[in-house]
Amino acid sequence: MKAKFLVPLAIFLLLAGFLAYGLKLNPREVPSPLVGKPAPAFRVAQLQAPDASFGTEDMRGQVWLLNVWASWCVSCRQEHPLLVDLGRRGVVPVVGLNYKDAPADAMGYLAQHGNPYTTIAVDPNGAVGFDYGVYGTPETFLIDRDGVIRYKHIGPLTREKFDRVLMPMIAELSRAG
Amino acid sequence: MPADFYLKRLLRAATLALACLGTVAHAAGEAVPVSDDPELEARVLALSHNLRCLVCQNESVAESRAPLAVDMRNQVREQLAAGRSEQEVVDFLVARFGDFVVFTPPFKATTALLWIGPGVLLVAGVAGLALRLRRRLNETPAPLDDAERARARALLAAGSSPEESRK
Repeated sequence: MKAKFLVPLAIFLLLAGFLAYGLKLNPREVPSPLVGKPAPAFRVAQLQAPDASFGTEDMRGQVWLLNVWASWCVSCRQEHPLLVDLGRRGVVPVVGLNYKDAPADAMGYLAQHGNPYTTIAVDPNGAVGFDYGVYGTPETFLIDRDGVIRYKHIGPLTREKFDRVLMPMIAELSRAG
Repeated sequence: MPADFYLKRLLRAATLALACLGTVAHAAGEAVPVSDDPELEARVLALSHNLRCLVCQNESVAESRAPLAVDMRNQVREQLAAGRSEQEVVDFLVARFGDFVVFTPPFKATTALLWIGPGVLLVAGVAGLALRLRRRLNETPAPLDDAERARARALLAAGSSPEESRK
């Protein structure tokens, strides 16, 4: 009975705790329903070789990243050095999905910033992106040997996030099977 | 009669001008319907009002001008035109973008708190209040002891003769 006056204080602290937690959440990161499901299959032309095609089938048996990017996308530039580094070190094959972009602009962007991609698929009208639930570039999907999406990162990839989350998953998935 | 005649003409001109203004404002404020079928367009709009644009989050797909919202409206239109039902189109979008894409999320384990939370809070509040009121009703005030009784008597006596208390 004596501690009754502490009740409002306790409620306040609880509320403050919830609000503090809410501040740390990123409302842009919407959990994707595609994680754990087979990656939507597609076969489209390649950016550098318009006569050749790229399909999800080509990556069967490999653990790989699908990185959705565009030359008009500002935050793609933020993560680009990391991708270039991954490509140079050959950590994991990174397939680019050039999203709603003009081929000439995309080529110019790669010439200027370097090309980290093993292959680049083109998605001029965003149809492939739509099937992957892409709503903000850049987005990165981690796809396993069986073609199942294991992780989706929304927004520019940071080295910290890559080392902490993606790299252990890649190592684990490459080891298994 | 000429005054009446001019007044009528003036009124008609004003009405016409207003009507013109109205159409201009209308055309500027809303997206031009893309399909020729107004019935289909109405269904597209009705459905898109319940879809969240993921780029601008608190805007619906019907209101948003983000490129993704345009894509989503086109998808909705195409699929409805192809004869799919509203529910099928919603399922199609949810499969790609998740439950977050609809403004009314489905009832399941992860959304149970969202749906029943307010009801539970209301019931708990009403029950707490009822309990409290009932307890107060049953409480009988403690009987006065002799000192309190004497004090009460003195106060009552003072109150009954105001002239005296003023001195």
